[in-house]
Amino acid sequence: MMAHHLVLAGSAASNTEVVTWWVLAIVAVGAALGMILTRRAVHCAILLAVVMLILAGMYAMQGAPFLAFVQVIVYTGAVLMLFLFVMMIVGITASDSIVETIRGQRLFAGLAGIGMLVLLILVVGHATIGAAAPSGLRNSASNVQGLARLVFTTYVFPFEVTSALLITAALGAMVLAHRERTSPRPTQRTLSRRRVASGRPTPLPGPGTYARHNAVDMPALLPDGTQSGLSVSGVLTTQDLQARRNGARAITGETVGANHADDNHEEDR
Amino acid sequence: MISPANYVALAAILFVVGGVGVLVRRNALVVFMCVELMLNAVNLAFIAFARLHGDLNGQVIAFFVMVVAAAEVVVGLAILTSIFRARKSASVDDANLLKY
Repeated sequence: MMAHHLVLAGSAASNTEVVTWWVLAIVAVGAALGMILTRRAVHCAILLAVVMLILAGMYAMQGAPFLAFVQVIVYTGAVLMLFLFVMMIVGITASDSIVETIRGQRLFAGLAGIGMLVLLILVVGHATIGAAAPSGLRNSASNVQGLARLVFTTYVFPFEVTSALLITAALGAMVLAHRERTSPRPTQRTLSRRRVASGRPTPLPGPGTYARHNAVDMPALLPDGTQSGLSVSGVLTTQDLQARRNGARAITGETVGANHADDNHEEDR
Repeated sequence: MISPANYVALAAILFVVGGVGVLVRRNALVVFMCVELMLNAVNLAFIAFARLHGDLNGQVIAFFVMVVAAAEVVVGLAILTSIFRARKSASVDDANLLKY
């Protein structure tokens, strides 16, 4: 039925498909190259989303509408969001160091890549990959029904094994991400006692707002005109330090200096 | 119609780009993303071959690859966060306790 439809559609539709394919392919390869060239991990994730969406479109163009939607939902929706969440934990500013740990690694990686590409293209070029079969929907009414029939008949054992794999992966992730408390959780009573014992039972002063600044990172002025370090959140100080270090040299996600700043702040209190 | 050969060639290019990314990049997150790119490229080839042969077996395999890739990402990212918690770093160069 599909082939019949395509024959009726004629060469105009086919031309559109060719143009669309080339545009999508060039954008996909460009985004993939951008992934390995850009230094920020976030930019990398966005470019990966572009590649994945284009691949979803290509699945749809090849008579795989179910996989196209799975690609959008599972990859662009779930997997990439997971990447972004972890990026928030690891540090959104984490970028690659430009220092080569192994001498000439990038050069050799590039050469190996080119070699592999030439090899693969030669193989693909030598193989006689004919035109597509007339219909991708043999013995079934639709793509989804055909896939369901295969998954629940021929591939039913791999399918069940897959469920075991998913459960194991979920359990593994829970075990790996779990952190055991080494000290008992402080109750409200201990917290209030600690606060009174600390010598400052009142809340910390709010940030200063001046005539020309309304930012929370401006310290408040004390009555004698000096700045109060307590009025600025320690998180902001840490971010400031990180931003400054980013400007000075590439960081690899380490936060030793940030912890140090936190310690100083604790001492201030 | 675009020939399946075009799709396979595109899949080869994307696979190689992902592989070079795995070799070159030092941030573990980016390495993971490049692995995902390679898996996606292989899926594209599977689907192209499924269309070439006119049956759905290739699409089922691509579906299973997606499932395994999702499980791999979940466990990999959990390992990454626990390493980050212990060593304050997401760089693959810093996880070298087993080196010597």
